[in-house]
Amino acid sequence: MKDIGGKYAIVGVGESDVGRNLGRTGMALHLQAISRALDDAGLEKSALDGLLTRPSRADPQFNYSATLAGRLGIAPTYFTDVALGGASSASMILDAVAALEAGLCTTVVCVNGDAQTSRGAARRAGLTNWIEDFEKPFGMIGAPESYGLSARRHMHEYGTTSEQFGAIAVACRKHAALNPAAVFRTPISLAEHQASRIVADPFHLLDCCPVTDGAGAVIITSAERAKDMKKAPVYILGMGQGFTHSDLPYTSTMTTASMQSAASRAYAMAKLGPKDIDVAQLYDCFTYVVLLTLEDYGFCKKGEGGAFVENGRIELGGELPVNTGGGLLSQAHASGFLLVTEGAIQMRGDGGARQVADAETAIVSGQCGVTGINVCLILGNHPN
Amino acid sequence: MSRPIVPVANADSKPFWDGCAQGELLLQQCEACQAFRHPPSPVCPNCLSEKHSWVKASGHGKVYTYVVVRETRARGWDKLVPYVLAVVTLDEGPRILTNVINVAPEAVGVDMAVEVIFEDVDGTMKLPLFQPR
Repeated sequence: MKDIGGKYAIVGVGESDVGRNLGRTGMALHLQAISRALDDAGLEKSALDGLLTRPSRADPQFNYSATLAGRLGIAPTYFTDVALGGASSASMILDAVAALEAGLCTTVVCVNGDAQTSRGAARRAGLTNWIEDFEKPFGMIGAPESYGLSARRHMHEYGTTSEQFGAIAVACRKHAALNPAAVFRTPISLAEHQASRIVADPFHLLDCCPVTDGAGAVIITSAERAKDMKKAPVYILGMGQGFTHSDLPYTSTMTTASMQSAASRAYAMAKLGPKDIDVAQLYDCFTYVVLLTLEDYGFCKKGEGGAFVENGRIELGGELPVNTGGGLLSQAHASGFLLVTEGAIQMRGDGGARQVADAETAIVSGQCGVTGINVCLILGNHPN
Repeated sequence: MSRPIVPVANADSKPFWDGCAQGELLLQQCEACQAFRHPPSPVCPNCLSEKHSWVKASGHGKVYTYVVVRETRARGWDKLVPYVLAVVTLDEGPRILTNVINVAPEAVGVDMAVEVIFEDVDGTMKLPLFQPR
């Protein structure tokens, strides 16, 4: 272990009201505890750039830490759910120190607790008793209609077209055709994209990644130890996490997302910029998300993502090959992990027919929360 | 339309749903910084104050963005397609997720002026939906 004993300190303490049948949600209690901890520390909430929590079981919520950040009105650069039951509370302190030591954030709030006696009818109704009450009853259930709201706004603001979304679907399928490990390998044309049925207008079927089975894994160790391993090391040159919203309908802007903050931190760590990137593996649950990521990662100006993806620019042989393994759209979903493995494969030069010649740097994205949560990784085959 | 999922009021949201049942669209307004907010939250996302009042909104707004849902795997919702899922910017500032009804889906557009209309979902609860104004 590194000699970091005494290097980090608790500077604020907050406790929520406690009791039985308080009639508050778990999140309301979390907010109260955080608010009191801020007062105790004499800090403004804007000082918080890290947030660790455990999802309330009384009021379960997808992406709980992000929802809590949204309710607090902060934009942390490190946040996650720690789900280790009663061990979560102390475990968060370990995670906070690790994040501080790595420089992912400067001031972390850790919060845990629940409204154990206040679980209500909402759970039985299939609701979370929180913001989803203001989304699901209106038919915002699946991903296509959720991401479609952002896509429609982008089309309105910048004149982006369905054909431009289609260029992304075509590129991913073209790459999957060269990847023996991809599920969907029959090439498609732009005309086939346009002719595919409309699922959630503006999205056609071929804008949506299929539902598939699959998983990925990577093993990480120090660069020093990596030198003696069986395979050539793939160095982690940069990484960053960004947050803008947990609930897309209620965010201030739908077309500039968490990706900007994630990428700017990753570029700074790697001391690289978009012009230095040779290949991109971008989370593509929907074609549109790739377009948005290209803009927010700085490969083109805001609003020019539509033009950027045209004319084969993101295909193998183009200016910036994107999703060389086929992506979620054509390889497999695997929660985006195959974007990480493909990034590593490209850096090793092991891509076979889909290898980008002389690629030395790869950018990889992870995304959730309907564009509100983003993680950017920069990989390389030199330690920089 | 009969909805597979209906809201369940909690301590934070009950005044909002009670307002809907009375045919009133209510918004929380922070008593410390005066900011309006929606959906209901125990604290102000602007200043973290818990003090707030409920004020009646005009019910007028404009479509910010929308999707026409034509196909879904969600049980029960498949019988209700096509429907228009929309985000409306209320005249008071906050956005609200809703459905635009009483208009052909093809006729809905960004910036369309809309007004609230309350739909009975289960005899006790009403949802705030919007129609062209």
